[in-house]
Amino acid sequence: MLASSKTIGEKSTTLLVWTAATFIAIPFCWLVGDLLWHGWHHLSLNFVLAVPQNAGREGGIGPILVSTGLIVGVCMAVALPIGVGAALFLSEYTPHDQVSGRLVRGSLDVLAGVPSIIFGLFGNAFFCQTLELGFSILSGGLTLACMVLPILIRTVEESFRAIARDQRLSAAALGLSKKCSIQYILLPAAIPGILVGSILGLGRAMAETAALIFTSGYVDRMPTSLLDSGRALSIHIYDLAMNVAGGNPNAYATALVLVGLLMMINLIASRIAEQWTTKNQLPT
Amino acid sequence: MTLSSNNISSHSKTDLYFSWSLRGCSILAGSLLLLVISFILHEAWPALTQIGLTRFFTDNGWFPTEASYELTPIFWGTILSAGGSIILATPLGMLSAIFCHFYAPPLLARWYRRMIELLAGIPSVVYGFWGLVVLVPLISSWHPPGPSLLAGVLTLTLMITPTIMLITHSSISQVPTTYIHSAVALGLNRWAVIWRIVLPASRIGILTGIFLGLARALGETLAILMVSGNVVQYPSHVFDPIRTLTANIALEMAFALDHHRAALFMSGLFLMSLVLCFVIVAEALRRKTTYAGVK
Amino acid sequence: MPTPKNYRINFTPSLLMSLVFIITIFFSLSLAQAQEGKLVITGSSTMAPLLLEIGKRFEAVHPDTRIDVQTGGSSRGIVDTVKGLADIGMASRALKTQEDHLFGSMVARDGIGIILHTANPIPELSNSQIQAIYTGKITNWQQVGGPDASITVVNKAQGRSTLDIFLEYFQLTNRDIRAHVVIGDNEQGIKTVAGNPYAIGYVSIGTAQYNVSHGLPIRLLPLQQIPASIDTVRTGLFPLSRPLTLVTNSQPTGLTKTFIEFAQSPQVHDLILQQYFVPLQN
Repeated sequence: MLASSKTIGEKSTTLLVWTAATFIAIPFCWLVGDLLWHGWHHLSLNFVLAVPQNAGREGGIGPILVSTGLIVGVCMAVALPIGVGAALFLSEYTPHDQVSGRLVRGSLDVLAGVPSIIFGLFGNAFFCQTLELGFSILSGGLTLACMVLPILIRTVEESFRAIARDQRLSAAALGLSKKCSIQYILLPAAIPGILVGSILGLGRAMAETAALIFTSGYVDRMPTSLLDSGRALSIHIYDLAMNVAGGNPNAYATALVLVGLLMMINLIASRIAEQWTTKNQLPT
Repeated sequence: MTLSSNNISSHSKTDLYFSWSLRGCSILAGSLLLLVISFILHEAWPALTQIGLTRFFTDNGWFPTEASYELTPIFWGTILSAGGSIILATPLGMLSAIFCHFYAPPLLARWYRRMIELLAGIPSVVYGFWGLVVLVPLISSWHPPGPSLLAGVLTLTLMITPTIMLITHSSISQVPTTYIHSAVALGLNRWAVIWRIVLPASRIGILTGIFLGLARALGETLAILMVSGNVVQYPSHVFDPIRTLTANIALEMAFALDHHRAALFMSGLFLMSLVLCFVIVAEALRRKTTYAGVK
Repeated sequence: MPTPKNYRINFTPSLLMSLVFIITIFFSLSLAQAQEGKLVITGSSTMAPLLLEIGKRFEAVHPDTRIDVQTGGSSRGIVDTVKGLADIGMASRALKTQEDHLFGSMVARDGIGIILHTANPIPELSNSQIQAIYTGKITNWQQVGGPDASITVVNKAQGRSTLDIFLEYFQLTNRDIRAHVVIGDNEQGIKTVAGNPYAIGYVSIGTAQYNVSHGLPIRLLPLQQIPASIDTVRTGLFPLSRPLTLVTNSQPTGLTKTFIEFAQSPQVHDLILQQYFVPLQN
């Protein structure tokens, strides 16, 4: 999109940018290559659907996939509406320097820095014991929602703030109510940002281990309700890699499934984002 | 400066309900922290009252089973590993965001971004696992023992660069194209446009990205536990093993009883106060950039 | 210019979704109350995979029962049992004297062996040599007849039962130990030693034996001339081992009793061996 001139300075910065990009790509290829190399031949449809056996060394990950889906589903169903609502409030109703906004923002930032294991212990005490949900998919999902909220709210808020002032002013000039201007102008314009926030949040939720060991638990049975304890994919990987002798091959295969799932979610999300932005383009 | 938009729209009844439901959301989100803090304080209370705050700095070493609770070396371990990784990851993340938006051919840019999104979602366990079986032996053959501050910093860098990159990228792409067009029309070259126009215009977003990356680096538990050696000491160089506050909790919580357990919650409390300090600094920085910035 | 319809985000679906969500919660609440014959077992991460498998077999033999196994560590097993959060706690050690108000039932044994990298030619270390290595008095393999390379000492994190048993056997305290790497679970120790030719560590013998037989470059050292293997642990010859214990608040009764007896019976010996532990001899 920008013309590149042929000065030495321009050339060296181009080199710098390409080098940095390669530096990130190398470990990525190494990591994914390693996963593929060790996990690929253990992967089959049967592995994805079957029940784990012999502490996960044999069999598949069917019930674990279902539990993970439910946990992440609960997490996003709770975090997304609250997150977008709070982000809207922070960006549209509180100016940057107002005390209440700064308090909420500051507390969210601190919350983002709370280590996941603390969330796990908190979730265990609050959701499992105080609210008497026990070791369950519900407790796990709610704990993850607490964890994901800060990252979700901050990214969504940034994308609301980035919307040009003109759009708000024109909406106001047309006499749209606040709700309407949010519903028709701001929300659609912020969809890419909301998606980035959701992807980051979803990624963090699906990757989480420490917070789930104490809340959603270790049981690798097929869950029959949200109050059943269910093992998440990342816990399965951790247990196989660190706790079960001979769990490595299945740990690799499970990690591969997890990475593949994330890739699918990303693809779908970016497809939606593209559709939104093309629909959203103002005529020039 | 951001718009204080309270008074530009009508105040109908729907708006009132709507604004209150949004307010409710943010109050809920904000009060979460109070809930978490009160829980940690409750658990750490025995340590605060019966051991006392000063002993966490003055005791001779971390031997909780022998009633000696010095946390300072662990504190420094956390700061060094998170600091090191943020120093490496910030330029890498920003440059790769710039790469993706301005330098890469469109097809490559799309796949590059997809790759980074994927990298953001790979579980920390997988990073830790990879660090343990690939990175640590590599460092060990270079300079034993292998599990070290360096391994921790590198693993963390790999984990937080995607966060910084993605957020930087989304705020770069929201810089109004008119800015860029006018700059190009004025005859600025590509790098000058990026350096003088795009980065300043998106600095709040970049700061948010760095901040979230730092928060993740400080809070990361399992990956750092697997690669950094976990010895409680002041490292004298990057090949020395270190222990972080989070690893301290994860390693010992499962087996800790009574005061040992309370002392581990103190580790959590220390970590949160560390994050609080960063929040205050970041907020000050943000205010400065907001008012002095281009907007 | 697209029509406003395209921009429309409807709030109704999200509202409906949350309604459905709430209904699901209530449904699952009522479902959970209908269940009976459920045992919750929490504790030691070492024992959790074993108990998970025993639980599955128990459920097959006794339909209408549910065994939920949670992991988290020995002390958590004990705390949860005392608090009444769990019916049975798992502890990968014997009960301490201050815990004698609890009731422990042993289900299996686990030996602890010293491991080295296969590239390290040292055939054997005496107890005093191991002591000297772990206290930092010997820092180079040359001092015990090995190659000229500094020793990487791998130790377990404080509070872990393996560490306590190791310290007790070698008459050491936490303060004496000069470690280079501190680890959590067994597999982490094995991967650390397998990645460093001059490291020394100690792990569960069963886990080590499995990894040796699957080609990982580690090897178990004999202790006081007794080879470290599942067999010597079973016969009681090997000096360094720990009991895997199920903990209850009182003498077990009812379903708890049935389950513990099942876990101690020969019906599960194959499962115990499959998880590389040592079954009790009857």
